[in-house]
Amino acid sequence: MSWRLLKDKLIRQSFAAMLILSLVVIAVILIGLGLKSIPLLRAEDLGTILTESVWSPLNGSFGFFPFIMGTVWVTFISLIIAVPLCILASTYLVEYADDALRKMVLPLVNVLAAIPPVLYGVWGVLFVVPFLSEYIAPIVGAETTGYTVFAGGIVLAVMIFPIMVSIMVEVLQTIPYELKAASLSLGATKWETIVKVILVKSRPGLVAAVVLGISRAFGETIAVLMVCGNIPQVPKSFFDAGYPLPALIANNFGEMMSIPLYDSALMFAALLLFTLIFGFNLISRIILNRLEGKA
Amino acid sequence: MHTPAGIQATETQDLMNASRPHIQIKDLNVTIEGKRILKNINLSIPNNSITSIIGPSGCGKTTLLKTLNRLVDDTKGLEISGSVLVNGEDLYADGAEVIHIRKKMGLLSQKPFPLPMSIFDNVAYGPRIHGEKNKRVLAQLVETQLRNVGLWEEVKDRLDASATRLSIGQQQRLCLARGLAVKPEIILGDESTSALDPVSTQTIENLLIELKQDYTIVLVTHILRQARRVSDYIIFVYDGEIIEFGKTDEILLNPKQEITQQYVKGFIS
Repeated sequence: MSWRLLKDKLIRQSFAAMLILSLVVIAVILIGLGLKSIPLLRAEDLGTILTESVWSPLNGSFGFFPFIMGTVWVTFISLIIAVPLCILASTYLVEYADDALRKMVLPLVNVLAAIPPVLYGVWGVLFVVPFLSEYIAPIVGAETTGYTVFAGGIVLAVMIFPIMVSIMVEVLQTIPYELKAASLSLGATKWETIVKVILVKSRPGLVAAVVLGISRAFGETIAVLMVCGNIPQVPKSFFDAGYPLPALIANNFGEMMSIPLYDSALMFAALLLFTLIFGFNLISRIILNRLEGKA
Repeated sequence: MHTPAGIQATETQDLMNASRPHIQIKDLNVTIEGKRILKNINLSIPNNSITSIIGPSGCGKTTLLKTLNRLVDDTKGLEISGSVLVNGEDLYADGAEVIHIRKKMGLLSQKPFPLPMSIFDNVAYGPRIHGEKNKRVLAQLVETQLRNVGLWEEVKDRLDASATRLSIGQQQRLCLARGLAVKPEIILGDESTSALDPVSTQTIENLLIELKQDYTIVLVTHILRQARRVSDYIIFVYDGEIIEFGKTDEILLNPKQEITQQYVKGFIS
């Protein structure tokens, strides 16, 4: 066989090997986390640790419910803030803004994405936290230090903003002009065309953008950890402190490892986070497929 | 070689029906990013007949069509002068109300673009945005229009299905029904059959011929045989100018201009 043909074959196989390697990494992480979690799962019942609210490693009680809820609250709040904002912003950029503005704003949005998370954390501590405790909380009559799931949600919303906006802009740009023309030529206004045609047509893409945003939000650690208060309790309102899963791992890993089952519990936290994100992506993939089938 | 605008104007006078034509174009000039796309267009399009705009690619025929319902508005670097009168109302006058104008014109684009909703909602879309809420009226309207385009029997059992499930020929008929549902006076077709198979093409052509009793129809086409089959009048556009405008037979069999002759015979395309 000539060298060229051989090279062609080799290339193909080495590329396949690279693909397998990257998949193996995921499997190895999963197996590693699973093995490390076994001691905790032997000692405690899975159902109990997932629903138990008391986190007191010294007394041997490991309730993960506060952390799960902390993650859910922070993610949820960030989405409430970011999703409408991103849809409106990207629609404006694509449908109303002129070329010059679009060319100026999009790179700026990407710069936002490149800012290290710790800077967002600092911004959160310096501005968001005091703003919440001094201005917003008094309006609704709540008393708080400002270190709350609300602060976490705001910081996170700003962090997922760039990725969502840039994907949504791409999605909206794929809508063919003729589809808009069809609606306009029936006498629809631009606004009617956007709401009834463009946003409907781009729904699968917009959902995909939100999914990527959520995946980012789930795992974001340092910025959220700095503003959330980190108290292992189930948050009951926007103005309660929370303790998301990634913060639990980052704050405690490497410390107090003498406590029995503690490192196993942290590994289980990691496994839980992994499962949450994995499951979430799976579900959203299914939803997306359905949406695409319909559209 | 190129006919000055004045001559066309007198020719056009002869072609006009007794009633005032729906569409009159006066001294229309369109420049896009510094390039003159349309030059001194003067035209009266006869009512209740099919007028085809023919000419080589890039000659400005689609732009000419799009000026008729101001779909050119979104084009970058657009400069426009002159006037387009629809029922005597100048589309390009200051403060002209575009929405109201567009409603009078049904547009049939190159490929069908069904709206992302059900078959029923596609047809009901126009009437709904213009304020029709009565369900019975809407249902009646949808049925009438789907019957008009010969689609009713094919879709009556699945009106709630997504419009994208239809075949491409059915989609194009649906788009026509959708346009007719807003009760336009004029139908604009931009190479409306270029994406269709021969059978669907024939269906659409026959529909247009039927519809001309009630509508004024303007088509852009690059298929001469189609122009011959469907149109009563032909406008030949070359390099942004109207070279000739007349009855179909005159233009295709006896063109007055050298260049029209060359195009019709296939020497240029």
